[in-house]
Amino acid sequence: MVGIVSYGFYIPKYRIKTEEITNVWGKNYEDVKKSLLITEKAVAGVDEDSLTMAFESASSALSNIKIDKSKIKAVLFGSETHPYAVNPASTILAEFLGIEKNYLAYDTEFACKAATGAVISAQALIKSGYTDYALVTGSDKGMGKTHDTLEYTAASGSVSLLLGKDDLILEIMDLESFSSDTPDFWRREGIRYPSHGGRFSGKPSYFYHIESSAKSLFKKTGLKPADFAFGVFHMPNGKFPIQVAGSLGFTHSQIQDSLVVNYLGNSYSASALMGLMPVLEKAKTGDLIFLCSYGSGAGSDSFVLKVTKNLNKRRKEFKTIVDKKKYINYPAYLKAMEMI
Amino acid sequence: MNYITGYYTTKFGEIWEKSLFDLVKEAITGVLKQTNLTNKQIDAVFFGNMLAGVLENNLHSPSKISEILKVNIPIFRAEAACASGGAAFNLAKNYLDANRNKNVLVIGAEKMTDYSPEEAITGLSAAASGEEQEAGLTFSGLYAMIANYYLEKYSYSEKNLAYVSVKNHFHGSLNDKAQFRRKITVEDVLKSAYVAYPLKVLDSSPISDGASAVIMTNNPDWVKKQKYKAAVLASEVATDTISLKERKNIDEILATKIAANNAFKNAKIDRTDINVAEVHDCFSIAEILAMEDLGFWKKGEGGENIIEQPTMFGNGGNLIVNTSGGLKAAGHPVGATGIKQIGEIFLQLTGQAEKRQVKNVKYGLAHNVGGSGGTAVVTILGI
Repeated sequence: MVGIVSYGFYIPKYRIKTEEITNVWGKNYEDVKKSLLITEKAVAGVDEDSLTMAFESASSALSNIKIDKSKIKAVLFGSETHPYAVNPASTILAEFLGIEKNYLAYDTEFACKAATGAVISAQALIKSGYTDYALVTGSDKGMGKTHDTLEYTAASGSVSLLLGKDDLILEIMDLESFSSDTPDFWRREGIRYPSHGGRFSGKPSYFYHIESSAKSLFKKTGLKPADFAFGVFHMPNGKFPIQVAGSLGFTHSQIQDSLVVNYLGNSYSASALMGLMPVLEKAKTGDLIFLCSYGSGAGSDSFVLKVTKNLNKRRKEFKTIVDKKKYINYPAYLKAMEMI
Repeated sequence: MNYITGYYTTKFGEIWEKSLFDLVKEAITGVLKQTNLTNKQIDAVFFGNMLAGVLENNLHSPSKISEILKVNIPIFRAEAACASGGAAFNLAKNYLDANRNKNVLVIGAEKMTDYSPEEAITGLSAAASGEEQEAGLTFSGLYAMIANYYLEKYSYSEKNLAYVSVKNHFHGSLNDKAQFRRKITVEDVLKSAYVAYPLKVLDSSPISDGASAVIMTNNPDWVKKQKYKAAVLASEVATDTISLKERKNIDEILATKIAANNAFKNAKIDRTDINVAEVHDCFSIAEILAMEDLGFWKKGEGGENIIEQPTMFGNGGNLIVNTSGGLKAAGHPVGATGIKQIGEIFLQLTGQAEKRQVKNVKYGLAHNVGGSGGTAVVTILGI
C-alpha cells in the first residue's frame, strides 16, 4: 500500500480582513461576506514566496520522522506562483532540505490542482519501485488583481506530503482524475494577474469536474458519501465546496472541519490539502476521508484516504497555528504582495 | 396587411455552450418548425445584431445565415444598438410593403457572456457618442444621469424606481425563457449594490445571450391557413441626438414620443386600446420614461403610478407591461430584445403566453430603444 507517511503545513501569520478590502472599494461587507463566506485571508509577507513557504511546510513534514533522505528520490513542487518561469523551484527546495542529489525533481502547474496531480505521479513512482519516498508540495502566494473578486479570496499557504509505502498515516485506497479543456481561469506568460470567466468558473468548471471526478471514484470503489468520516474539497470560496458536497450527498458535518477558506482564503494549489489539515487534527484510526481537488483549465483529482493508527504519532496542531496571526491594513497588504 | 404567424426564442441567459450562430440556428429552426415553413419558402431575412462586429470580428452575418438556412435569398443585417431587433423588424415590414406575397424571417440575436464584462461594456459603449465615451460615460452612467434628473425634478426617491424591477422579476418568474426566474422585493432592490447612483444592480438589465425569431408574411392565402396570427398595425422608427447633452429634455426620450405618435396614428387606435406592452426597461428609470413617453401615463406621474403596480400581471389593470419579464428579468441580448418584445406580444395576442397570459388581449405594443434614446422603434400588433 502506498500512502502518506508524514505531512506539514505553513500558514503565514499575516491576515487581511474582508471588511478592510470592502471598505477600500466602497463595497457592502455583509454582501461580500454572504457571497463568498470569507471573513479574512492569510497573506504571505514581502519576504515570502511560494518557495519559502514550501520550505517551511516541507521542513515540518520531515521534522518528526527518521528516514534516510537519500531514499527520497522524487521531489515535486505544485504551484501556480512558482518564483521562476524557467528554473525549477523543486531543486531549490530539495537542496535546502538536504535531500541528496540523486533524485527526480519537477515543478507542476495545473492551477489549484498542481499538487494533487503531483501526488498521483508520486504514488505511481513509488508503486513502480522508482523510489521509496516522494515529497510533494503545494504552495502558493495567490495573486488577485486589485478590485477583482479574487482580491477577497486569493491567499497564501503551503502543504507538503511525504509519500511512501511503509509506516503510513494515510493509505491511498484509490484515486481518480477527470480533465477537459475548459478555460475558466488563466494567466498568460508575462501577465502578472490571473483572469477568470466570472460565473463560468462555477457550473461548467468547478462543479462539473469535481462531480465527474468524485462520481467516477464512487463508482470505481463502490463507496458512497455516507461511508466517509470527512469530505474535503477545493475551496475557491466558501460557497462552492458546500454546494458541491451537498450535490454529491455529503452532509455539512462531514465537510465543516475542512472549510479553512472561511478564515484563510484560497491558497490555490494548497487549498484542498490545507482543508485536510484540520481534518487530520481530529481524524480517528480507520476513518475514511474523501479528498477532492479542482484545478482550472480544468480538472479534478479525487482520493479515498484511510487513516491508520500511525496518525496519532505524527498528528499536528492546526488551530493553534491558525490562531497565531497579525492583522494588516490594505496598504500593508499591497506591500506584502509587492503591488506597491 | 402584414401578419406575424410564428415566433420562437431561445432561452435568454448565460448560454456558454452555444455560439452566436448556434443561437441563430436554434431560433431559425424553431420558428420554421412552428410555422411549418421550409427554408425555400422564405423570401428574405432581416437580422438584428449589434456586437458581433465589435466583439468577435464577425460582420458579414447575412452570408453566415445563408449558410445556416441553405438559401441564396436577400439577407440584411440591421444595427441600431439595443434597438437592432426592432430596426430589423421595421425594415422587414417595409420590405413586405414593397413586395407582394412574400414571407420574411426576422431574427435578433446577441452573444455577450463569452466576453469579459469590460469587453462587453466597451462594446455597448459603441452606441454612445464619441464625447460621452471619451468622458468615460457608460450606459449605466447615462441612465443614472437621467434618473437623477427625473427623481429630483418630480421629487421621487430610488424606491419609486424599485417597483419596476419587482414587477418585471415577478413576470420573469412566469416565463421559462427568462434569464432570471426569481421574485424580488423592493428591499432587495434597495439593498443591491450601486452600479451608478441612483441605479443599482437590481435596477439594471443584465448582459445576456439569446436569439429570437418571427415569421412575417403578406401572403393572404398563407395567412388564412395559420392557426396563430397577429396583424402588424404599425411599425415606426424615430431617431434623436446620440448625445444626451444635445437633448432639450432629459426626463423624456423624444424618439419614443415621435415613434409612438406615428404608430398610433397609423394603427388608428387609441392608447387605451392597448392591453399589453413590452417596453424598453434597460434600467428601471427607462420603463418609467417609456410609460410616459408612449402616452400611457402623464409626464412626471410615472414614479407615483408604479407604486400601486397597475401594470403587473394579476392586478386587474387594463394595460399589463413587460409580461416577458422585460429586459430586466427576461434578459437583454441586445439584438434579440426587439424581436423578443414583438414575439411576446404575439404570444399574448394568440393566447400562447401560458402562465402569464393576459385575458382578452386585442392590441399590444412593443417599444425598443437604442442607446440612451438615439433610436426608438414602436410596433403595434392586433388581432
